[in-house]
Amino acid sequence: MSINEIVGIIEGKILCEGCSPDLKYTTGFASDLMSDVLTIKSENLILITGLVNIQSIRTAEMSDINCIIFARNKVVNEDMIEIARENNITLISSPYSMFRVCGLLSQAGIQPVF
Amino acid sequence: MHFTYHIEGGNFAKAGDTSSQVKKTLKQLNVDGAVIKRTVVALYEAEVNIVAHAYEGIIDVEIDSEKIFIRLSDEGPGIPDIKKAMEVGYSTASAEVREMGFGAGMGLSNIQNNTDIFKITSVVGQGTILEITNQFLVH
Repeated sequence: MSINEIVGIIEGKILCEGCSPDLKYTTGFASDLMSDVLTIKSENLILITGLVNIQSIRTAEMSDINCIIFARNKVVNEDMIEIARENNITLISSPYSMFRVCGLLSQAGIQPVF
Repeated sequence: MHFTYHIEGGNFAKAGDTSSQVKKTLKQLNVDGAVIKRTVVALYEAEVNIVAHAYEGIIDVEIDSEKIFIRLSDEGPGIPDIKKAMEVGYSTASAEVREMGFGAGMGLSNIQNNTDIFKITSVVGQGTILEITNQFLVH
């Protein structure tokens, strides 16, 4: 699934275009616990989180995750956007809850990790 | 190749800066992607540990053609029971650390899972030394 398809499904807004729009995503993982995200070995993974701080961006960077969806229109600051851009990470915000974002993406074919 | 980084305890805005720089260096050296990921995940967890628990720390990174060796030494409270600290779910992290998305008691075991050699020593009231090594894949 492409970034544009994802954005359409979750009524999202792209806050920072980091990675190539041609990349396809197959798997999703939702967590506010970054240590949990750091145990994931899947590729082409979308991270869905409600945790909005620099550590969520750094965690994605270390885990080779290049797309993060922030649920419930959380406010992302300039420092976060700068680090995301520097590391080719796309940031998307969605007005929906984590539960609803996960449900919609799952219905559309995004697979769980576990 | 040798790099030294200074880590400030409590400064969460900068937690991850060193891991980020090391990742860029390993990429420039064309190290295998899977090895880079294991290394920087372990290093990032360890860097966050210093920020979360210690007053300050030093990260020394040694890279040669076969491996990366990282020594993280901190001045801090130390770990009274390393075996207990290694248990998944055990944590002494503050509420602030938990708000940053850490402190669930997964860090040390995740570091161990992502490293070829893992050695930790600690003196209560002085600090902790963590040494990790990952071999590069030889093509």
